[in-house]
Formats: sequence, structure tokens, C-alpha cells
Amino acid sequence: MARNASIRRKLVVTAFAWTVGLVIFFPILWTVLTSFKTEGDAINIASFFSTGWTTEAYSVVQSRSNYVQFAMNSVILALGSTFFALVIAIPSAWAMAFAPGKRTKDLLMWMLSTKMMPPVGALIPIYLIFRDFGLLDTRGGIITVLMLLNLPIIIWMLYTYFKEIPGEILEASRMDGASLGKELLYVLTPMAIPGIASTLLLNIILAWNEAFWTLALTTKDAAPLTQFIASYSSPEGLFWAKLSAASTMAIAPILVLGWFAQKQLVRGLTFGAVK
Amino acid sequence: MATQQTRTLGKLAVSPSVLMLLMWMLVPLSMTIYFSFLRYNLLDPNPICSLLTPGALLDAENRCLAGFSNYSYFLTDPAFFKAMGNSLKLVGWVLAISVASGTLLALLLDQAFYGRGFVRIMMIAPFLVMPTVSALVWQNMLMDPVSGFFAFISKSFGLQPIDWFTYHPLASVIIMVAWQWVPFATLILLTSLQSLDEEQKEAAEMDGTPPLSYFWYIVLPHLIRPMTVVILIETIFLLNVFAEIYVTGTAGPAGNLPFLVYQYGLIANDIGGASAGGIIAVILANIVAFFLMRMIGKNLEA
Repeated sequence: MARNASIRRKLVVTAFAWTVGLVIFFPILWTVLTSFKTEGDAINIASFFSTGWTTEAYSVVQSRSNYVQFAMNSVILALGSTFFALVIAIPSAWAMAFAPGKRTKDLLMWMLSTKMMPPVGALIPIYLIFRDFGLLDTRGGIITVLMLLNLPIIIWMLYTYFKEIPGEILEASRMDGASLGKELLYVLTPMAIPGIASTLLLNIILAWNEAFWTLALTTKDAAPLTQFIASYSSPEGLFWAKLSAASTMAIAPILVLGWFAQKQLVRGLTFGAVK
Repeated sequence: MATQQTRTLGKLAVSPSVLMLLMWMLVPLSMTIYFSFLRYNLLDPNPICSLLTPGALLDAENRCLAGFSNYSYFLTDPAFFKAMGNSLKLVGWVLAISVASGTLLALLLDQAFYGRGFVRIMMIAPFLVMPTVSALVWQNMLMDPVSGFFAFISKSFGLQPIDWFTYHPLASVIIMVAWQWVPFATLILLTSLQSLDEEQKEAAEMDGTPPLSYFWYIVLPHLIRPMTVVILIETIFLLNVFAEIYVTGTAGPAGNLPFLVYQYGLIANDIGGASAGGIIAVILANIVAFFLMRMIGKNLEA
């Protein structure tokens, strides 16, 4: 009896939760479905499920606009900024976690505070500096901005991960006579890899979706997918299927990464305040 | 010995990031502050100041010093009040929606049901969508008054479709942005719900505590802190909403403070005015940041 009741309850909750989940997910689902329609069918919702499916929109997006170039830029900007940020952040987070000084805490808080500055406060000077140094619409310029933008989050996230590595292990290896180099390579690195991987994942997501600086500082050559999609805001003729195809291609990689990175999102975006 | 060595190494390791962040923060900010006191238009960088304001001073590059006139101009521009109002409405509404529905969704996801992992990723997904994509998808495929999905639903119930972006531009932007940020609140509140003591849960169940008072006396107090974190972090991001307004072309009716600064600077080329606006935005964000930093600082000590 009691068992039946609890199963019934579980079924009710299941139905309800799936309904709510599908409603929230609907805009994404609808985009994916529309991307497999012809332009004419895409706007006829009444006959949406009775007409055929096609990958035509994908090939049109590919051939008419230079989709691959924008996608390449997105990949290069996301990976490039993440790579350089990690190179700079790992030693810093490392030092702050394992050799904290008197002012480490203040330093961490100060780094966090740089993230609080609204981008519009820096927009004009950065724009002018970029213009004067010929950095507008260059990958190098955008990579630098994205790297600096996410550096505080990366350092914080790595710091919270490194903090969890027990210090006794270091002492033990030191007692065994390991040099600093060996200690880093054989003892700490393996333990730090998961934290670094999570940080990497989160930062790729953030850099991929960044849409203030990429919209303001790129036009064509270094423009990533954010800018590519934005160009659909002044469309000519029917364009929903093409918009959907382009959008699907722009969000799919991040949805997959996000699947793996759910926990890291929380830790990274709350600066370790919620784990 | 070893500690001395480690400490020196530590300083060396920290310095690149400190130097870079210092530059990233100080250089643009001081330039913005400086520009905000100039009469500086990109199209006409060196106007004859004495004609504009008799007795005006020049800086080293022959640009006119403007005193506080950029600030008084920006602060008395009717567009500023409009943008400020839109910024506050956007932040306020999205916060209210995301905390309220985030709590409900987190409670739902905390229940046992079939396919929980999949439903959770469906609910988190909007947060991972590129802002320009969600803006265009909502504007065209969902909210379009002729062939959008919402219009289709309205029509099939025999109702008049709503022309969202023409008549309710700000509400449209709010709905769109809320859709992206509810998942964030859900995710954080869920994480914190799951850290609720299992024993407490069982004890409450054994005592036959009614669900509502269980929520009110045990769950809610536990959620207050993560809720505060959600509110503060979302505020920082929401004050900076830009792409959604840029892409949907709702700058006039729904433009917020960042967009106004963008318009002043990169569209009207008024560097002085834009910089003054930027500084005002910085001051506003700092007020929020002050409270957030205290929250996180406390956590660091714990």
C-alpha cells in the first residue's frame, strides 16, 4: 500500500517535472527542430509536423555566409584566452594556496573586485587603445581582453580546488627528500588535474558566450559566432530555418560541455561561495 | 630555508596575474575618468574651445577641458532617466523571477523522479545559450506577432496575438533575460539544497512535519545565504546586459545604462559624455559589489 502510494507519487512528480523541463527547454528544442525545415515550412507552425525535414538550411548557412570562419574564430578565441589565462593563473593560484602570505586574502579579494567593474567603464579607452594600436577586429586583441576578463574567476576557482589538496602530502614528500620540482611534477600535478580541467571547461563556456566585447570590438576578421548570429538581426526575406541552423551550430558544443560542467558552473560563478 | 625559497617563488608566481589585472583595471579606468572631464568628440577631437566656452582650458593634446559639464549633461539627459529606469526594472524583475522560480525549480529537482539528470540538464540549458542566439530566437521564432510560436498558441485559443516587441519591448527583454538566468538560480539553490543535512530531513519526516512548515523553518533558512549570493551575482551580470538589447534593436524603448554609454561613445562619438556615463555605471556597480565582497570575504574566513 505505502509502496504503491510512493510509486504513484514518484510518477506524478515525474510527469510534472518533465512538463516543466520541456517548457523551459522548448525554445532550444524548437530552434533545433526549425533548423531541419525549409524556410517556407519553418513559419507555418500549423503544419510544422506534417511537412518534410531537410538539412538544406545548414548547407545554405555554410555556403552563403562564411560560417566556418566565424566558428573557427569562436574556437580560437575561447581556447586561446583559456590557455593563456590558465598559464598565468595556475602559478598564482598555486602560490596563494600553498605558500600564502599575510596579504594573500586581500589579494584574492582585490582580484575578485576587478570582476565587478562594469565593462562600459572600460569600453571607451579599450576601444581607443585598440584603434590606435590596430587591434580592432584582431584575434590577438580579443584573446587578450577575454583572458583578462575571466582571469579573476579562473584564479579563484583554481584556488578553491588547490586549497582542497591536503598539505600533509607535501610535507610527506618533502620529508622523503623530494625536490621542489619533483614535488610539483609527481605529487601535486596529478592531484590538481581535475580542478584544472573543470576550470578549463567553465572558462571555455564563458569565453564562447561572451557578447559585450566581441560585439563591440570585432566586425569581420576576428568576429566569433556571437557576432555572426547578431548579423541575423537585420534579415532579408525568410530566414528562420537559416537562423535556427546557425544557432544550433553555435550552441550545440556549449550544451555538451555544459552537461559535464554543471557543478563547476556553480563553484566558478559564485567564487567558491557555494560548492 | 625552504619556506623562504617557497615564499620568493610564490611572489614570483603571483606577480604576472597581479600586474596584468592591475593594468586591466587601472589603465582603462583612469583613462575613462580623464576623458569624462574632456569635451572630446571623435569626429572633431580639437574644436576651438574658446568659441564654445570662453576661457576654456586645454590639455596637452589640445582637447578642451570640460569640468563637470559631461556629468551634468549626461545626468540631465532624459535618455539617462529612461535608461536608468530600464536598468533597474530589468535587474529587479529578473531577480524576482529568477529567485522565486529558481527556488521552486530547485525544490522540484530535489525530489526523486525518473530521468532527473535529463530534466536537470534541460532546465540548465538556457543558461548555456549564447545571448545573441537567445535574443534572436525569442524575438523571431517565439514572440513574432504573425508567425511566432506564441502567436500560434494565442490564435489557436482564438485570442489576439500580442505584438511583444512593439508594445512591450522592456517586458520582452525581461522575459528573455529571465529565461537565461532562472537556470543559474536553480542550479545554485539546488546545489545548496542537496547539502541540506539528510538526518534533519529524516527527523522532520519521522516527526510528521507538514511540508510547508518544513520548508518554512528548515529549508528556507538554509537557502537564505545562497539566495543572497544569487541576487548579488546576478545583479552584477544583469546591470551589464547588452547583447539582448543590441540584437533585438530595442535600444530606444528598452535601452539600459550600458547601452546608453555605448550609444554615446561608439555611435555618437561623444567620448567625454560616454566616459561620464561609464563612471556613473562603475559607481552603481561598486555599491552592489561592496555587499557581494563582504559576503564572499566572510566565506573565505569560514
